[in-house]
Amino acid sequence: MSARAHDLTELRDEVRPGEPLLQVRDLSVRFRTEEGPLSAVDDVSFDAHAGELLAVVGESGCGKSVTAMALTGLLPGSATVTGSVLLAGEELVGADKTTLRRVRGREIAYIFQEPMTSLNPVFTVGRQISEVLRVHEGMSKKEALHRSGELLDLVGIPSARERLKQYPHQLSGGMRQRVMIAMSVACNPRVLVADEPTTALDVTVQAGILDVLRDLRDRLGAAVVLITHDLGVVADVADRVMVMYAGRVVERGEVHEFFAHPRHQYSVGLLGAVPAARVHGKRQRLREIPGLVPVLAEQPDACTFADRCPAADEQCRTSRPPLERAPQSAHEAACWHPATDASRAAAASPEEVQS
Amino acid sequence: MSTVESALVDPPVTGGDRPRRGKVLRRLVRAPLALTGLTVLTVAILAALLAPVVAPYPAAQTNFDATFSPPGTPGFLLGTDSLGRDILSRILYGTRASLTVGVLSVLLGLAVGVPLGLAAGYFRALDAVISRLTDLVLAFPFLILAVGLAAIRGASLSNAALAIGIAQVPGIIRVTRSETLRLKGLDYVSAAVAEGASDPWIMGRHILPNAVSVLIVQATVAIPAAILGEAVLSFLGLGIQPPAPSLGTMLSEAQQYIARAPWTAIIPGVAIIVITLAFNLFGDGLRDALDPKGSRR
Amino acid sequence: MLRRLAQSALTLVLASMVVFAGVRALPGDPALALAGEERDPASLAALRAKYGLDDSVWVQYWHYLELSVQGDLGRSVRTNIPVSEMLLSALPVTLELSLLSLMVATLVGVLTGILAAVRRGRPAEWFANGFALMGLSVPNFWLGLMAILYLSVALRLFPASGYTPFFEDPVDNLHHMVLPAVILGTGLAAVIMRQTRSSMLESLSTDYIRTARAKGLDERTVVGVHALRNSLIVVVTIVGLQLGALISGAVVTERIFGLPGFGKLTIDSVFQRDYPVIQAVVLVTATAYIVINLLVDLLYSAIDPRIRVTGEAT
Repeated sequence: MSARAHDLTELRDEVRPGEPLLQVRDLSVRFRTEEGPLSAVDDVSFDAHAGELLAVVGESGCGKSVTAMALTGLLPGSATVTGSVLLAGEELVGADKTTLRRVRGREIAYIFQEPMTSLNPVFTVGRQISEVLRVHEGMSKKEALHRSGELLDLVGIPSARERLKQYPHQLSGGMRQRVMIAMSVACNPRVLVADEPTTALDVTVQAGILDVLRDLRDRLGAAVVLITHDLGVVADVADRVMVMYAGRVVERGEVHEFFAHPRHQYSVGLLGAVPAARVHGKRQRLREIPGLVPVLAEQPDACTFADRCPAADEQCRTSRPPLERAPQSAHEAACWHPATDASRAAAASPEEVQS
Repeated sequence: MSTVESALVDPPVTGGDRPRRGKVLRRLVRAPLALTGLTVLTVAILAALLAPVVAPYPAAQTNFDATFSPPGTPGFLLGTDSLGRDILSRILYGTRASLTVGVLSVLLGLAVGVPLGLAAGYFRALDAVISRLTDLVLAFPFLILAVGLAAIRGASLSNAALAIGIAQVPGIIRVTRSETLRLKGLDYVSAAVAEGASDPWIMGRHILPNAVSVLIVQATVAIPAAILGEAVLSFLGLGIQPPAPSLGTMLSEAQQYIARAPWTAIIPGVAIIVITLAFNLFGDGLRDALDPKGSRR
Repeated sequence: MLRRLAQSALTLVLASMVVFAGVRALPGDPALALAGEERDPASLAALRAKYGLDDSVWVQYWHYLELSVQGDLGRSVRTNIPVSEMLLSALPVTLELSLLSLMVATLVGVLTGILAAVRRGRPAEWFANGFALMGLSVPNFWLGLMAILYLSVALRLFPASGYTPFFEDPVDNLHHMVLPAVILGTGLAAVIMRQTRSSMLESLSTDYIRTARAKGLDERTVVGVHALRNSLIVVVTIVGLQLGALISGAVVTERIFGLPGFGKLTIDSVFQRDYPVIQAVVLVTATAYIVINLLVDLLYSAIDPRIRVTGEAT
């Protein structure tokens, strides 16, 4: 990486590591659709801290992406967003267009899932990166282009100068994603939201992208929110984890704690579904969680996982469990019957597979 | 441009999975615009077909003591023209002529275009040749084509139908060809080939019937374009010749007297608009009913 | 690209053959058709020699080609003026009309198309759909007549016919051209509007537009730069396809407004049985059309970087 990259941190006042840059409280998103109202996100709260990577995990349809887009008002008109999103003290929910436009790209930047289609095919890479710099930092075309080259270096793209003149279709998927990353960190944002950045890429390319993200977290001191459904990625790069289900936060805590002692039954299920090596020479059956993620019109006063949960009872179906801390721990889960070490051991015993 | 070339502009509708007849009809019934179009169309076609019965006067009958009567004059609902001919009657007969040319030319286009399109889609070797042929026809803008034909054969109704028909052919070839290519790749065709079915059999029994829906849609676009084409040609004197009634000839005669008798120019135009609009509304509705997902929303 | 050129060349040659054959298909002695005033045996014989009318068809065709390429397209049967001269004097009129109407149509069509795509709600979209429908249903020559009726005769805003060369008097020239250009452009505008709208709608729902918004760009830039640039590619294609219709429309429009251009030349020559002129007009128009289509194709590949810069290694 080029030495110039350090300049990026000088653009902004020093950020204290660990400081909560983004504070989301009770964020809810409802959509008006042709089939009726849809509750996509329900009372989601979390903090994103400087220099920390928070992983948001869940199956497709659990509201992770909607939450991400809701932060800067990027949802379509059919969405109603309530709650609070504080960026360094500034309220973003309901903010006017000018504020939101300033925040987008400059304070909160995005990296999306599909690098193939997320870049405009008719403009050069250099032009697309420069654009952010010119709009937010007021740079001239020449300055912006120069800085774009530095950014490409930063994300590990060789021959940056030549790349600037190329078009997206001339780059590989991994490189396009790096370009997306370069574009997003161009203005040294406080918060970086990456929505499944490696899902559409080859496994071999994934590692490189994750390295870049990790590097940026360290170097820029930004708060990184990484949305993924891949627990392997979480184990690899995350500092903290937040699990979402059907639009709600069901578990939250530090990553090692999560993998060692998952509390919510859904988390237990997720971890059980990870393919593991043969245990004692016997093949382990992949543990599936039966059923599908519900699509809700309204959020009921109950645990939405109850129908698929092995430990559910009447209480789970009639009242909504609050997000509570475990005793002597900062780890939170929204479950009436959180898993204990004993129950986890029982659940994890390998089933024999008939060969 | 409201000429034949516009029929080429719309990207060809893919047939999609052929929906059942009942479903199509049901969807059609629910679209008010399309229904209006269909109703107007039916009325117009009936009126035109029954012109000899319905029209108050023969189209060529002149009344020199009632020239330039405005609409509403007793006896002449829509007024008369420079020679005292009843406009309403002429409109009826003129619509008849326009519809005749419109349908004839599209039939001609289909008769030539569909086999060529089928062949082009089915036999790769012929595809190149037919494509060059299509390019050749396309190189002559519609009116230039009509002019050329008029120079050789003289201006007449059949000439107009011929010119319009020829101009339709490239579009029909293109649509048929792409449908053929698409259908050729489907499983049941491969199965038929594996069973040893001959080429004509496959083309006739498997491909053609399924291409019908696309062709019907193409026809609903082509006919109004053909009607407009006929109007232009007779307006210019290259098609139906005066004093034969045609919406186009009525307009060309009206141009001279436009200041004195504006209705002679307004009314035939409105008639053309009503018919083509009805066709287009119905066509749009039909297209939506056949493919509601809208490959070209 | 080379293949495209070859295709165009082939079509051109075939077209010239068709035109050639067309005249030969006329009933009667071609020499008489081409002769004009001087019908004495000597002139006829000279004509026969010139066009090789006594030789085989292929030789005749070759003569024809040779002469055409040199610019000798014969003489008018009526006036005995060289056809090439007639064409050259009519050209500026038609060219100006076509260019003006193309400008009008593109401007109006693209702008309304964008509006219709962006304002997906009630009024604008319905209006746009209606406009597009009308463009397909209203005969443009009737529209011209109505324009003359209301704007020229009733309101006296514009002249109903006539033409003044541009370099003589620009203002008067434009005064005469406004109405024809607008009328001719209307139909084309409706088609362009419909295409722009549908391709803009497609562009606006893509991922890269989401990225553009996430970058903090204002909506005007997102629509006007990012989405539009992609849609333009489609629009150019459509315009290219419509050029034939434009030419046809020009013929009619010139007739209505009495403009001394190609259109008038064509129609008059048909009625006067002026075969050299007809032949020349058909050939020239077809050639022009083929060439313009080729240019549009080249333009298309220049605009779309995916076509322009393929094959480069990553």
